[in-house]
Amino acid sequence: MAAHAVTTHNRRFDLALRWTTLFYLGVMVVLPMVTLSVQAARPGFQPFWRALVDPYAWHALKLTFFTALVMVVINAVTGTATAWVLVRYNVPGRSLVNALIDLPFAVPTVVTGLMLVVLYGPTSVIGTVLGRFGWGVIYHQPGIVLALLFVSYPFVIRSVQPVLMELDRAEEEAAATLGAGAWTTFRRVTFPALWPSILTGSGLSFSRALGEFGSVVMVAGNHPLLTKTAPLHIYGEIESGNRHAALVVSAVLLASSLLILLGLNALQRRGGVNHGD
Amino acid sequence: MATDLSLDESNLPVPAPNLWQAVRPSSLGRGLLVGAVLAWFAILILVPSLALARQVFLGGLKPFLQAVARPEVQRAFGMSLGITALATVVNTVFGIGLALVLTRQRFWGRALVDGVVDLPFAISPIVAGLMLVVLYGPEGWLGRWLEPHGVRVVYAIPGMILATMFVTVPFVVRELVPVLRELGEEYEQAAHTLGAGRWRTFWRVTLPSIRWGVAYGVTLTVARSLGEFGAVLVVSGNVIGHTQTATLYIQEGVESFHTEGAYAASLVLAAISFILLVGMDFIRKHLEGGRENRP
Repeated sequence: MAAHAVTTHNRRFDLALRWTTLFYLGVMVVLPMVTLSVQAARPGFQPFWRALVDPYAWHALKLTFFTALVMVVINAVTGTATAWVLVRYNVPGRSLVNALIDLPFAVPTVVTGLMLVVLYGPTSVIGTVLGRFGWGVIYHQPGIVLALLFVSYPFVIRSVQPVLMELDRAEEEAAATLGAGAWTTFRRVTFPALWPSILTGSGLSFSRALGEFGSVVMVAGNHPLLTKTAPLHIYGEIESGNRHAALVVSAVLLASSLLILLGLNALQRRGGVNHGD
Repeated sequence: MATDLSLDESNLPVPAPNLWQAVRPSSLGRGLLVGAVLAWFAILILVPSLALARQVFLGGLKPFLQAVARPEVQRAFGMSLGITALATVVNTVFGIGLALVLTRQRFWGRALVDGVVDLPFAISPIVAGLMLVVLYGPEGWLGRWLEPHGVRVVYAIPGMILATMFVTVPFVVRELVPVLRELGEEYEQAAHTLGAGRWRTFWRVTLPSIRWGVAYGVTLTVARSLGEFGAVLVVSGNVIGHTQTATLYIQEGVESFHTEGAYAASLVLAAISFILLVGMDFIRKHLEGGRENRP
């Protein structure tokens, strides 16, 4: 009888827990998203399209995707190489580097931006030298890519690392025994096992880069049609009371990120990709 | 799949030297790769951090301490810490609950809920802020109903708390779901068989087993809350001196060329995040250790 009472009590507890947590998630996450989407779509397709192809909004979106793409290409290569070195080579100080990889996740984005301004800004040593050659980093597009590279540095590394650790090295050794060089072995044996995790890390960093604001606002300055990325554009439109324009660009960013997330989910389900941790 | 033949390396017969030569990339290539990776890490991550520290201490320690002691800096940090504490407590309680629901209960739509938890990661902080303004603002669906009752959310402190809570929803859940899955249900079921209720089972069995996972999620939540900028910026309205967190203070300082305070506050935030990172590394070792020692 006591056991029965406990079971009934437990069932009630489970239901209460389920509905409380789902309610919290619904109010906190789902409701704001639905509201934003509805408000963006409410005036109809014509106004939505007009706000989207507005030259400033369109340029901001193009710049966002372009800088994110440049960042992802660099990060996919350097991230894979870094994961490789951390897993395969016993470099002195490896555990220290491994612990510091996540620094960009811990440092506030505004602080990241400020660091880059201090180091590469027009008045800094590096900035002055580069300026003599006519190269600008801060308040120019390369600064945006640099900020994105910093904030998304850990994604590919943390996604590739566990897969590389669990990879059976016998296949690589067999390839080498059969006379394949290091590069051929990597291309033909290791890479096919790694690419889903490289893609996952790249997708996560791309999604992060699309929305990055704090660091970019510091390094990009405020030049419309030159360094204004989509999040900066959205903020500008909110500030000037142009809410519908802000909502439209937001909806596009939101939809892009959701598509990436869905794609990664499908990839994971298909290949059983080993995720981050 | 190949069978796992992970043997103790010392027991393996030493391979013929020429085989090792073939297996390992040339030491030159290896050295170049290691050098390039470490150089990239240093240039991208370390040098900017050190540049900030150098900039702050250019004039010595005293100006730094003076800048940190300013009342507006203290107020901003107080605000950041308060918001962080609230958001962390709420999201930790909720995160543990939802992780338990996701791993211990079966219901229709569970996979969907699992995906929804991650959404705040995919949403730009600016967009998150805008969402809250649209929902809780004076003309918003909820705001229209709340404001006449004297509850002001947007352009006030509750909005900043909500924004911080929104961006940190996934951290504890994401950390705990794999930990709870790996832990399995046997211990909890044993407690149940012995007549323990859910509450007692949680405190006596589940929580002690997942405490390092909780600690890791909490650390991530604290780091993100302290550093949150975009979402808080949009909902705060950024009224000078009124509702300002540390990150808002930094941005305003840079914008208005009062950079000493901004640099000093940035360095303090960077130092805090470094400490949190050390904590994360410590916790991760415990997490991995626990995984190996589990029966």
